[in-house]
Amino acid sequence: MATDARYVLSDGLPMPVPSRDGVDAPYWEGTRRHELWVQRCPNCRTWQWGPEIICHDCHRFHPGFEQVAPTGHIYSWERVWHPVHRALTDSCPYVVLLVELRHAGDIRMVGNLVGDPMAPFSIGDPVEAVFEDHDDAERPYTLVHWRRAG
Amino acid sequence: MASDRSWPATGSDDRSAINGVGALAVGKLILTSGSFYVPTAVVTGGRARRETKGALHVASRRSWAVLRPDPQGAAVTGDRSLRGKVAVVGIGESAYYRYGQSPYSEFELLLQAILAACEDAGIAPREIDGYSTYAADRGLPTRIHTALGCDDIRLSNMQWGSGGGGTAASIGSAAAAIAAGTADCVVAYRGIAQGQYGRFGAGGGSRTVSGTTKFTLPYGQMSAAQHYAMRVNRLFETSGISPDTQKAVSLASYHHAQQNPRAIMQGRPLTPEAYDESRWIVEPFRLFDCCLENDCAAALLLVPAERAKDLTDRPVYLLGAQQGGGYRSHAAAHNNPDYDTGGYKTASPRLFAQAGVTPADVDAVQVYENFTGGVVMALIEHGFCSYEDANEVITFENLVAPDGRLPLNTSGGNLAECYVHGFGIMVEAARQIRGDSPNPVPDAKVSFAASAPMVEVGSSLIFGSEEVI
Repeated sequence: MATDARYVLSDGLPMPVPSRDGVDAPYWEGTRRHELWVQRCPNCRTWQWGPEIICHDCHRFHPGFEQVAPTGHIYSWERVWHPVHRALTDSCPYVVLLVELRHAGDIRMVGNLVGDPMAPFSIGDPVEAVFEDHDDAERPYTLVHWRRAG
Repeated sequence: MASDRSWPATGSDDRSAINGVGALAVGKLILTSGSFYVPTAVVTGGRARRETKGALHVASRRSWAVLRPDPQGAAVTGDRSLRGKVAVVGIGESAYYRYGQSPYSEFELLLQAILAACEDAGIAPREIDGYSTYAADRGLPTRIHTALGCDDIRLSNMQWGSGGGGTAASIGSAAAAIAAGTADCVVAYRGIAQGQYGRFGAGGGSRTVSGTTKFTLPYGQMSAAQHYAMRVNRLFETSGISPDTQKAVSLASYHHAQQNPRAIMQGRPLTPEAYDESRWIVEPFRLFDCCLENDCAAALLLVPAERAKDLTDRPVYLLGAQQGGGYRSHAAAHNNPDYDTGGYKTASPRLFAQAGVTPADVDAVQVYENFTGGVVMALIEHGFCSYEDANEVITFENLVAPDGRLPLNTSGGNLAECYVHGFGIMVEAARQIRGDSPNPVPDAKVSFAASAPMVEVGSSLIFGSEEVI
């Protein structure tokens, strides 16, 4: 179980840092407001994730971001039993989800399952985002986890 | 979104579920007069710009399936094919150690392997004029060239990206250079001392994370096993393939290692009960589904086929080697559209077309086991079984030499022989043709080996004996 009730996993994992080229800044800024922003090309309307400097479909540079509903469906999963980082010794088992955003071009996002890691679930189950603020970090950031919806 | 279970493709092309394609564009296949099936851009939703990018561009956007070469005319089978033009004449390995147990440095292990390959071939080390490796190997060609006092350095090749996905491709590039006259004596190699440079199975100790892993690592997904487990879970949950296939792969490797004096796990047989009782690392992988971590090196020496005959009566000819990575295969945070794949679907048809053999002709199969579920994907995507009959084909009885119908990882592989970052898989494939495998398949003429599954760029190759040239 997590030793810090504020977080799904124990504190002490490496801190995510936005890219220096700014390519993913709108995503990280959005998470701080508890909003989900992902790349979508204003020219060809293609959704794109992870962020890249160019649209993979029409090759427009800096394709921009759109806000999307913070919901999705479980696309795949894993339950981690063996900690490979010293900060996770007390966090196993934990579940990592791959969540598909069907309303955003089927892009996928990785996050942890909030709640009992042994509770049953299936691929296709609906989930909703849970924003986890790390305000005490050197550079405050917010992670996006998921809990079962409906 | 449905997974791709249409392997091998038969001509229908419904890829409307591909990320970013959606329902806006629908392709239609036609048979052209050339060598490829190419789609006609039947464009709806005002996306006529696709047509301006050329048929093959559209093909690459639409599906791996449409790039299947016509065996009668594709470049891989014509004069440009390297089939039979190059042979392995030298096999060399260091001793194999558990990580941290080697008394030698990584570079010393590598030099031992290269010198052993030269001795095996009867070639003076100074004749080596080309180097080919992968996975950002720290044994730089210039350092080897200088250390061994070689006369010239004409090829220094690195397969970029995908770590262990480059094993077969490094040999293919070496052979391509020889066939093209760029080099005459090329060593393909890998040296890896995880004791000296860090375990692959350990998480990073840095304070921050940048790059694409910033979207996965903060969620406790930081090791290779954790990175690939989700692909295999989806395969099992959506295809009906049983996790028992993983168990069969693991048991076969451990079984074969018992006959291999080089194997780390010789003398440590694995029973089905011990497998079942082993701990989870990350579901669906138990401890024995995961590769070893070692200090070791291995090398293969390649020369033109005409010279090979003068050096040995057992040349190991390269029939084909192909690398591939499908549409957006490196999309970050698990966004590669064809998700639960070994990554061989573009390369596999090219490989068999180039080699001029079918999966049924293959006598021995070696597949890089990073994790056993990926081996299941590799066997399917190379046509050794199908999604439908995988449960019946991938059994312990079928996978063991000499009598199984699909002898797999006959040295013990990455699970039980040694993790030379997959290069031991290539060495064993060559040994099967020479007849000196620790578990020889009688009269083996066609030998197959695949690089790491589930990576962004994968590769595989086929060796053959003199009889099939």
